[in-house]
Amino acid sequence: MMASSYNAKEEDGHHSGAANHGGAGAVKSKKPDNTAFKQQRLPAWQPILTAGTVLPAFFVIGLIFIPIGIGLYVSSNNIKEFEVDYTGVDISSPCHPCAKNFSWNATTPCPCSVHFTLEQPFESNVFMYYGLSNFYQNHRRYVKSRDDSQLNGDRSALTNPSKECEPYRTSEGLPIAPCGAIANSLFNDTLKLYYIDSNGTRNEIPLVKKGIAWWTDKHVKFRNPGGNDNLTLAFKGTSKPVNWRKPVYELDPNDDDNNGFTNEDFIVWMRTAALPTFRKLYRIIQKKSGSTPTLPSGQYVLDITYNYPVLSFDGRKRMILSTISWMGGKNPFLGIAYITVGSICFFLGVVLLIIHHKYDTRNNSADIPN
Amino acid sequence: MSFFGVDFARKKERELERKLRANDREYNLSFKYATNAIKTSKYHFITFLPLNLFEQFQRIANAYFLFLLVLQVIPQISSLSWFTTVVPLVLVLTVTAAKDATDDINRHRSDNQVNNRKVEVLIDRKLRSEKWMDVQVGDIIKLENNQFVTADLLLLSSSEPLNLVYIETAELDGETNLKVRQALPVTGDLGDDIEKLADFNGEVRCEPPNNRLDRFTGTLTIAGQKYPLDNEKILLRGCTLRNTEWCFGLVLFGGPETKLMQNCGKSTFKRTSVDRLMNVLVLCIFGFLAFMCTILAIGNFFWERNEGSEFIVFLPRENQNGAGISAFLTFWSYVIILNTVVPISLYVSVEIIRLGNSFYIEWDRKMYYSRNDTPAEARTTTLNEELGQIKYVFSDKTGTLTQNIMVFNKCSINGKSYGDVYDYTGQRLEITEDTDTVDFSFNLLADSRFMFHDHALVEAVKLENPEVHAFFRLLALCHTVMAEEKKEGEIFYQAQSPDEGALVTAARNFGFVFRSRTPDSVSIVEMGQQRSYELLAILDFNNVRKRMSVIVRSPEGKLSLYCKGADTIIYERLHQSCSKLMEVTTEHLNEFAGEGLRTLALAYKDLDEEYFIQWKQRHHEASTALDDREGRLDQLYEEIEKDLLLLGATAIEDKLQDGVPQTIEQLAKADIKIWVLTGDKQETAENIGYSCNLLREEMNEVFIISGNSPEDVRQELRNAQTAIKPASDEDSVFLPQGTVSNGPTVVSEEVANGEYGLVINGHSLAYALERSLELDFLKTACMCKAVICCRVTPLQKAQVVELVKKYKKAVTLAIGDGANDVSMIKAAHIGVGISGQEGMQAVLSSDYSFAQFRFLQRLLLVHGRWSYLRMCKFLRYFFYKNFTFTFVHFWYAFFCGFSAQTVYDEWFITLYNLVYTALPVLGMSLFDQDVNDVWSFQHPQLYIPGQLNLYFSKKTFFKCALHSCYSSLVLFFIPYAAMHDTVRGDGKDISDYQSFALLTQTCLLFAVTIQLGLEMSYWTAVNTFFVLGSLGMYFAVTFTMYSNGMFLMLPSVFSFIGTARNSLSQPNVWLTIFLTSILCVLPVITYRFLFIQLCPTINDKVMFKVRQAKATPPPPPRRTRIRRTSSRRSGYAFSHAQGYGDLVTSGRFLRRPAVSRSSGFPNIGRPTTGFSPMGRSAGYSPTGRPQNTKTPDVEVTSLQMYRTFSDPAL
Repeated sequence: MMASSYNAKEEDGHHSGAANHGGAGAVKSKKPDNTAFKQQRLPAWQPILTAGTVLPAFFVIGLIFIPIGIGLYVSSNNIKEFEVDYTGVDISSPCHPCAKNFSWNATTPCPCSVHFTLEQPFESNVFMYYGLSNFYQNHRRYVKSRDDSQLNGDRSALTNPSKECEPYRTSEGLPIAPCGAIANSLFNDTLKLYYIDSNGTRNEIPLVKKGIAWWTDKHVKFRNPGGNDNLTLAFKGTSKPVNWRKPVYELDPNDDDNNGFTNEDFIVWMRTAALPTFRKLYRIIQKKSGSTPTLPSGQYVLDITYNYPVLSFDGRKRMILSTISWMGGKNPFLGIAYITVGSICFFLGVVLLIIHHKYDTRNNSADIPN
Repeated sequence: MSFFGVDFARKKERELERKLRANDREYNLSFKYATNAIKTSKYHFITFLPLNLFEQFQRIANAYFLFLLVLQVIPQISSLSWFTTVVPLVLVLTVTAAKDATDDINRHRSDNQVNNRKVEVLIDRKLRSEKWMDVQVGDIIKLENNQFVTADLLLLSSSEPLNLVYIETAELDGETNLKVRQALPVTGDLGDDIEKLADFNGEVRCEPPNNRLDRFTGTLTIAGQKYPLDNEKILLRGCTLRNTEWCFGLVLFGGPETKLMQNCGKSTFKRTSVDRLMNVLVLCIFGFLAFMCTILAIGNFFWERNEGSEFIVFLPRENQNGAGISAFLTFWSYVIILNTVVPISLYVSVEIIRLGNSFYIEWDRKMYYSRNDTPAEARTTTLNEELGQIKYVFSDKTGTLTQNIMVFNKCSINGKSYGDVYDYTGQRLEITEDTDTVDFSFNLLADSRFMFHDHALVEAVKLENPEVHAFFRLLALCHTVMAEEKKEGEIFYQAQSPDEGALVTAARNFGFVFRSRTPDSVSIVEMGQQRSYELLAILDFNNVRKRMSVIVRSPEGKLSLYCKGADTIIYERLHQSCSKLMEVTTEHLNEFAGEGLRTLALAYKDLDEEYFIQWKQRHHEASTALDDREGRLDQLYEEIEKDLLLLGATAIEDKLQDGVPQTIEQLAKADIKIWVLTGDKQETAENIGYSCNLLREEMNEVFIISGNSPEDVRQELRNAQTAIKPASDEDSVFLPQGTVSNGPTVVSEEVANGEYGLVINGHSLAYALERSLELDFLKTACMCKAVICCRVTPLQKAQVVELVKKYKKAVTLAIGDGANDVSMIKAAHIGVGISGQEGMQAVLSSDYSFAQFRFLQRLLLVHGRWSYLRMCKFLRYFFYKNFTFTFVHFWYAFFCGFSAQTVYDEWFITLYNLVYTALPVLGMSLFDQDVNDVWSFQHPQLYIPGQLNLYFSKKTFFKCALHSCYSSLVLFFIPYAAMHDTVRGDGKDISDYQSFALLTQTCLLFAVTIQLGLEMSYWTAVNTFFVLGSLGMYFAVTFTMYSNGMFLMLPSVFSFIGTARNSLSQPNVWLTIFLTSILCVLPVITYRFLFIQLCPTINDKVMFKVRQAKATPPPPPRRTRIRRTSSRRSGYAFSHAQGYGDLVTSGRFLRRPAVSRSSGFPNIGRPTTGFSPMGRSAGYSPTGRPQNTKTPDVEVTSLQMYRTFSDPAL
């Protein structure tokens, strides 16, 4: 393809030069330059796989991986986690009626309460998540169904959302804010946690609703349109998403900083999950001063305002309470994987060492036929 | 893709007959003949873009990406943003367009240069200097000596007697000897009289433009008189006028209609076997792609039916599409996403790698020949890796293995041998560069380049030894050489064969200077005295006679016959009185022959006047006889050439090129089979075969096939086979004749028990190449270590190559230097031209060219091997990295509802092949070498894996795919498991889509980069920089794209804001990356280490040895001792062609002999030739410097440019 089909031109000149070759060297010789690059003599490091490098590498990897794995496993195991499925599939489940009788048009919320017991006290900060299963937040049509400009407070996008938002782009002639399927499907169950102390009184556990979203999301990615003075004004001329019960500027009417697009529950929801089973941070239970555990062991009640239908597509809803460690939430996989890989490496090292000792003579003789 | 000029001419209504009138532009213009302007460029300033784009999109890969682009703008299908396809596509198109543009600018330049050359044209009764492009059909133009012929001309008149002109046709057919053209007497009378020429109004009717160089028919009508025109009166564009002061010609064809341009059709586009394999693989990949997409579409169908229909609450379907439609759309969406299995950048990278490796060849100082300042040239840059897979080398002999320089080395005169140098003790000395040469200063006409070392001979000449004088007189008289004396004392010889030139030059230096000849006389200067001999007859050489004689009358009136010829032939015709001398001379001849010299015996006899007159009479009758003229002449010659008196013998060295035996030995060690295809006689060929180590004394047997009928040849071949493989079953070796026709089968390699050689003669070869025998021939030949085919025509050369190509799944290389090698060079997978010698034709049609045969070993064993190695490594790695990249999408599909959601960020998809992984792999494929060149020479066996296609084949490809499959599983499921249902160190989200994308793409990039590190065996600073730089680049680009600034500029394009910051600060993210990287390479290292331990390849062994030897420098390459054999197998020094005698005596010098084309009947007399064997007769030069140092300028360019290249579409 890249034939050097015009070289002859140079050759002409050169040949006429060659004719007076003996001449005073006026004509430049065509002798190629003697550079390491052109002569392919660049200095180089030439590693090859020898027993001297491979076997120690295997052992070293084994020796590094196993302790890391143990460390990971232990720290993952130290994390306390508690999970309650409140979908209400079973008839015995307190939320079963709510799940069964769900209707989009219901004006009265359907409450239900789930009782559970914590066997062990939860120390330090406890994080409260809601988990959804079989919920395809990573479906292509779902993922793209948003308008980042609108969420960033762009006024023109507010009144004229991106086409990607279809079919949740407009409603009754007005542009939807926030538009798209993600926003439309905002998780809207309300969870409240009560501790039942020994005399049977319900003590509401304070749930912090701020500080659950990424800093970048809260401060850069999501912004309310037109300054934050009056959100009602700012969102004037837009319509609420069809599934929502209240407009976006009423998500948290008590806190201007947590309202509109910058509502953290909303932001968390908008960060779509990679897999169909996922958990999202709902509230933080701040550590109490002193040595009292954040959540002492005992009886608890979870009060749910059941708004979010998942049964129709065989989904599940969970409430998760979890502490965390330096490496995040509870996930024993990494630890186990590290221990396994480390062991395999070590084992392979031994096997290869044996093989090497057995067959080494064959290689060393370098019997190259001639 | 052909040239517009040619196209245009074709599109025009086919011309049936050309009519034109001299000096009548108006009349001629009415026919709209092409003017003399040529156009080889393809584009114009304005047409460049549309035309170039159109051409580029004809390539399947580009068209495929255009199709993807179309898919991507359909919103329902589009799974990726448009820029993921547009960016690479635009880049590829721009690079290619830039290259095409520079090529075309160069073509424009050279077109302009040619078109703007000046020539004198007769316009308005005056000679005016005009540009070539303004010359029109019917113009009369004047050419001067050494000018290029402007267009195809009818020769009108010339400065030379008899209206002859001499032309050199090297540009057209590669022959450097002069040819003669003669004008019609009626036009010749016009002379250079401008008035007469201006009045000339002859009308020409001739054939339409065509590409036959050797034929022309037409008529010229002057004043009602008709004259036939043939090729002898035509000067073709591309020729050069020589030895002719001026000539006038009438333009018949101009520009694109000239025979030169008509001949420059497209040259066949060669593809490498890796290319072909790649095409097959790409088709497989397409199939596989469709398969994957179908699976995913089916998955989507079921998902939509079972889950999606329920999930409608949160994700409504567009236009209420059903599951079926959704599956259909998903199929195409996945075609877009998974398109990276057929990467567009693969093609670009392959081209870049080949180009780079071609540059290495051109830059190699060890392939540069300083004698004539010729570096190696890679004229085709698309075949490099094939150089590493050569199994068969077909070599020309003359000018390729030998220098085509004949040196008068020794002689035996009257029983005394001259030529050896002895020291004072009588010890024979080896002749080297420093050996004292004979001083010829006594002879003013001596050729200063002639070297001779034995002073005794000069002494003998000076002492006026009569035999010595007679000896040299014979050499000065008995030949058909032409002399050209431009300046007093500067004589140039134009010889039919270099042997003759050498002999005449020797005579010249020893005081018998051949000066000039006319049809009936020869002038020589004998020891300073001018003497003119009357030339009475030339008894010409032919192949049966193997001798030539002249009959001359000396100035004193003495009649003598001088004869030179093959010793055996001459000996039969000697007078009895010579028997004693014969014995001594025979001894000398044996000695000469033992040294590999070509010998001739010389004899003479004085003739009786009366007898001669009577003989002459009979000779005249015989030569005018109509029937059996040749037979009768032969008889007459036989009659007069008897009772000769022996004078002595000459010995001529056919100089081998430097390092030929060593090269051949090296190539043999690399298991490359060398076949020598030569036009030479069997004896000469065999002789050279031995002297260049191709045939060896130790060989069990050298078979000589010289049968004259198909049955004989078959028998001989079968005998040879049974000798090689006595145990083999007849039936298995010889296929029944009927089975051959069932398409080309692949003849398997058979191993001979011992070393054998095969020599086959031209006429036997003609039978052997017939369908019924070709398999027998091929099998026998392939079992032999060395094969020499002699007396081969150019056509047969190509046929032999085609035969091997057809039945052997092997890569062939043809190397040659002359016009007669062109067919073979074009036929072979790779053609190599020896540059700086006879003509340019071979070089022009070659793919690689260099000056010396010995460079072949460097081309193959070093450059070829490396190119192949690099290309294979590149392909293996490239497929690996792209498959791995793509398969991850496939696994992800099962977790995202088969919705064609990508795993990675779109920007990553866009830049993965172009930025993040492009340079490291390019660096590897441009710099990698397993062992350096010295070691490559040390162990030629390293070449063998290439021949066996070991580095890249369907099997290795499959392995790559499996490896990718494993890697992609690791790359998807480890992050999946690690991120599943987990959170960050501060409790916030980490298993969100964007973080997951970032994690997998980072893992992928680490995994493929580490894999590259494993592949790479030669880490230069550049490689290290590329590898680390690309990783650094990834992080730099990623952080930039995920930064606040980019997001605020275009929120919807850079929506991954903050992901990098939030994610890459997490320890478990890095732990995951580390884990996947280790898991990806662990099996590879284990597998490779096991292989090195248990069954190391030759590469592993050598690399290990290199490592061990690193402390001590490798031993210098061994020089092989050239074995001289003592047994006699000499030939006689004569060109094998029919002599020039007729021409010399007819006054029409150097005419091309009639060409007979046949390859099937026994031809005992003349050789069967497709080309004129006289083309071989390069100008003779006694020194190493080739004679034609002045290579003509521009036409070369244009010729070259006709090599068009269709692009490797797939």
